[in-house]
Amino acid sequence: MLNWFKSPATETQVTHGQRLWLYVLSVIIMVLLVTPTLIVIPMSFSDSQYLEFPPEVWSTRWYSNYFGSDEWMLATRTSIKTAFLTMLVATPVGVLAAYGLHASNVRFVRATFVLMITPMMVPLVLVAVGAFYAYARLNLLYTIPGLVMAHTVLALPLVVIVIGAALKSYDMSQEEAARSLGAPRWKAFLTVTLPQIRFAVVTAALLSFLTSFDEVVVAMFVSGGDNPTLTRNMFNALRDQIDPTIASISTMMILVTTLMMVLAQIFGGQKQPGGH
Amino acid sequence: MADTPLTDSGIRRDGRARAMAERPNEAGLRRDGMLERLRLYGLSSPAILLILVILVLPVGWLFYVSFIGADGSFSLENYERMIKSKSYTRIFMTTFQVSFLTTGLCILIGYPLAYFISQLPPRLANLCLITVLLPFWTSLLVRTYAWLVLLQKTGLINTWAISLGLWDEPLKLVHNMTGTLIGMVHIMLPFLILPVYGAMRAIDRDFMKAAANLGATPKRAFWTVFFPLTTPGLFAGSLMVFILCLGFFVTPAVLGGGKVIMVSMKIVSNIELFVNWGAASALGVVLLVLTVAILWIASRFLRLEQIAGGGH
Repeated sequence: MLNWFKSPATETQVTHGQRLWLYVLSVIIMVLLVTPTLIVIPMSFSDSQYLEFPPEVWSTRWYSNYFGSDEWMLATRTSIKTAFLTMLVATPVGVLAAYGLHASNVRFVRATFVLMITPMMVPLVLVAVGAFYAYARLNLLYTIPGLVMAHTVLALPLVVIVIGAALKSYDMSQEEAARSLGAPRWKAFLTVTLPQIRFAVVTAALLSFLTSFDEVVVAMFVSGGDNPTLTRNMFNALRDQIDPTIASISTMMILVTTLMMVLAQIFGGQKQPGGH
Repeated sequence: MADTPLTDSGIRRDGRARAMAERPNEAGLRRDGMLERLRLYGLSSPAILLILVILVLPVGWLFYVSFIGADGSFSLENYERMIKSKSYTRIFMTTFQVSFLTTGLCILIGYPLAYFISQLPPRLANLCLITVLLPFWTSLLVRTYAWLVLLQKTGLINTWAISLGLWDEPLKLVHNMTGTLIGMVHIMLPFLILPVYGAMRAIDRDFMKAAANLGATPKRAFWTVFFPLTTPGLFAGSLMVFILCLGFFVTPAVLGGGKVIMVSMKIVSNIELFVNWGAASALGVVLLVLTVAILWIASRFLRLEQIAGGGH
């Protein structure tokens, strides 16, 4: 152990002992990054109104509260429906766009790419207020199609970035080979290119799902009435008081996220999700 | 390539020059090539259309509304109010204060962690990266809620600190600036760590060896060799954090408890409570112009996809 302290840790011969502060600090930061989210899980099983940790009396009363409430169930259905539809729309639209931009090579490709990632850069509140205004006139307010379209716009930058990165490392001459052998372009794309970027497509699809499922601000404005989302209701409940039911909902949202992450790791291959 | 039959497509650039020299109908070929590329470009039209209809046109309309006064005619009153009214000045000050503090804290906390992880063996590094990615993927509303539960008066942190004797009375850790900053830093950290980590991983470790070999002290080698090589990642990450902070809504709204009012929250209350579209739009326009200006300045040093995609 003493030897380890004195052994060099870096190329510049700083020893592990001299860097101990860095190790301690890093571990503390990592614990602080993860625990606040994870601690909600055991707390949601506390019987107390104040969500003790560790719970003195364990119970599932907040879960029965959640599953027994028509309001929360309606919101859950809306959220899942919207997220699923957003995934189904954003993925093909984004893949087509990324492929078109990659292959076409016209002068305004760069400008179009910037347009594609603007939804990521524009403050969400503006997107929400703008959509709210537009939907009021198009009669799309508080409807699933409206919500799906707005969430698709938010998910598109992610899809275009993830697919664009995959296409960059893909050799387009394979598609050209298929076409010189007589395959039409669409067939060459579907049978040669798409199978090779499928991991990126899966990652993009999962990211679109999560983007919609977790989105709060736009949903606050354009969802409601018969179609409130889970996040909208949660946010409203948080502003009023701390309802422990939200802990049980949070736990389930963490599970959904973890499931998506695991799926992305399994089907998304070795590459880190999110374009990093 | 030059010998392939003249189809309307599939002519690569290098092949085109040769094809043109040999073929008499080069003008037609060029037109066909252009049409093909335009058709391919057309594949992005559904995405473009959606972004135009849902985002660009409505935001353009907000731009217009911001110049309409209460009496319905063209006026600058919405902008004048922003300059004259003390409450608006305070909102902008708060927004910048929160954004700068969050970005600074993220750098102070995120850089050492990224450095630590980047020097671990790959397997262990990936394991540690999960601690960064897990919160990154978790709903920000859930994370905000978690902090609310932990920081409140009867929350875990206060009860534990009191039972350990760290402080006697429950401290007010939430519904104020402290709570907002804690939540914001936690949410923004991954946006800083990931690009910085990427930049660090890309550095050739032999550089540091060479620096040490040439007699640099560890400190000097770090600051003159290692740190400058990480600045593009650090810059991209900080920028992303700062821009996200400027327009942030959920976390300050929940953890600020009405005491930390940022621009985005004022926009929402202007619409939800006062139904004042002009005032809300003008604030939105200023927020957008600020964001675009920062991105524009940054784009002279970095490519936009570096910022969006995280530094590399």
